[in-house]
Amino acid sequence: MKLQTIKIREPFFWFTVSCSAIILAFILIPLIELMTAPSADVLLETLKDRDVVRSIWLSIYTSGSAALISFFFGTPLAFMLARSEFRGKRFIESIIDLPIVIPHPVIGIAILSVAGKNHLLGRWMEALGIRIMGSPTGIITVLTFVGLPFYINAVKDGFEGIPQRLENVSRSLGASMFSTFFRITFPLAWRSMVVGFIMCGARAISEFGAVVIVAYHPMIAPVMIYERFESYGLKYSQPIAVWLVAICLLLFFLLRWVALSKPREA
Amino acid sequence: MITIAHLHVHLLSFDLIDICLHIEANEFFTLIGPTGAGKTVLLEAIAGLTPVQKGQIIIQNRNVTSLTPEKRGVSILYQDHALFPHLSVINNITYGLRYHPIDEKRARQRIQELIELLNLSHLLKRLPAHLSGGEKQRVGLARALAVEPQVLLLDEPFSALDPNFKADIRNSLKSLHQNSTATFLMVTHDFADALSLADRSAVIHQGRIEQSGKIEDIFEKPVSPFVADFVGMKNLFPAVLNGTVASLGSLKIKLSQKPSDHSRSIAIRPEEIILTKNPSSSGSWNVFKGSVAKIIPQGFIYEIHVDVGHIIFKAMVGKNTLFQLGLTEGSDVYISFRPEAVHSL
Repeated sequence: MKLQTIKIREPFFWFTVSCSAIILAFILIPLIELMTAPSADVLLETLKDRDVVRSIWLSIYTSGSAALISFFFGTPLAFMLARSEFRGKRFIESIIDLPIVIPHPVIGIAILSVAGKNHLLGRWMEALGIRIMGSPTGIITVLTFVGLPFYINAVKDGFEGIPQRLENVSRSLGASMFSTFFRITFPLAWRSMVVGFIMCGARAISEFGAVVIVAYHPMIAPVMIYERFESYGLKYSQPIAVWLVAICLLLFFLLRWVALSKPREA
Repeated sequence: MITIAHLHVHLLSFDLIDICLHIEANEFFTLIGPTGAGKTVLLEAIAGLTPVQKGQIIIQNRNVTSLTPEKRGVSILYQDHALFPHLSVINNITYGLRYHPIDEKRARQRIQELIELLNLSHLLKRLPAHLSGGEKQRVGLARALAVEPQVLLLDEPFSALDPNFKADIRNSLKSLHQNSTATFLMVTHDFADALSLADRSAVIHQGRIEQSGKIEDIFEKPVSPFVADFVGMKNLFPAVLNGTVASLGSLKIKLSQKPSDHSRSIAIRPEEIILTKNPSSSGSWNVFKGSVAKIIPQGFIYEIHVDVGHIIFKAMVGKNTLFQLGLTEGSDVYISFRPEAVHSL
């Protein structure tokens, strides 16, 4: 779009074109090389490796759970942030963005430090039989931590795009706030919830640094790719990587499709 | 019936201060004031959509001040209509029915009446995005009245409309009001709208009620310079009042009756001032000689500024009068007006 507005082909135009071409090549060449390196036979063979299938499945299911948890707990928070003005709102918003800027291994270490026997929360969890270290529960905890901001921010933007007057009118017609949310707000905002869900899931499925600290085993796909690379080399890690990228691309196209398709009522 | 007693609303950028109003059951009441005076805030406070700091709101002998919006029996129609964009017209209209214990047969009959009265039957399946401004307005009205509210709040219902539709909606509002038991409270910045629809009215300015009462009284006897100016009393002068004479410098103006002691100014509506080439003979009138200072065309009529001893009187004339009198800037002219046309405030 930007390029079309520069009508006269000045040197500046060619400068912008060259920079764009370099960036596109920088993103696409390694990915295309990766996707085309293993033959179809090898790719199919990889799927017969039960460890690989288990790790990819674990990745999908833990990221999906993280997105679901974000959906349940994040939606009301996003609604509150979109609808009310209060002292300390900016502060809460920055807290929600914190997981984006904290180095990933630090997140893993931080979560382990509250899950251990030295912490009250850790002792409670132990009493309840919840184990964080080396368990799917731990993986889901970490993935929710890193994925939440993406869900909340997307849904908050969605809620902000719905005029509060619609909710006001609904309430003056006799609907409680719960009814209003389900009959007015949700039908108008579900698209942004799907977008948030996918962004949160995509962020979670690509997490490595925080997970490897909390749970090396059971292995999610990124950890398995790392392990195969360390033990056997590039050639053996590529096929799993291809499958993981394929899943991420699927998520990505789903996101573009949902986000860009025009709503019926507009 | 609505009674508002000593209501205070405090928002980040705005305050409503000590609002007291009494509106009779099934009355058509208007709240008038310039943009930013706090009209919409007051409506939202009555509907329970804005928290109030102090005071009481009583609707039909029920104190609703601390009730949630859905328990108040107050419908609101916003300026931008706020139709639910994902619901068809008929689903918009019937939205609130399930929350009210209205007999189904009666509800269906009532909806049918509203649809016919507001001429909506050909639009029922459409989504709001495919409606014109006037159509949206009518759907909003039907939706608000379908739940048989005790009070209908109307937030500037004419301002988003094409002027051609204004008369239509005005008539619809009138007949809806006659066919309904609800109390109508309309907010407007246009005094003409209030005059054509309402029995009583209140003028709000900077978060305070300046005057309330019969619409004719507000029009005829404004209590403050702001109200006078707002209802179109363009000739507003500070004056020294002594008996039935007001002195504007050397100018002595006759009044019809003795003003109240705290009066400090006089006001004359521009349409009350008559311009003539020769002094008119009617003895009791106020007659002054002046010169035309300015002629301002305003569509089909002209506002004429007449300088009488450095005091500018404003009068309104039609095109014919302008030519008959041969008025040009600088020409001499007589102004005359009845003592009854002079209001003291």
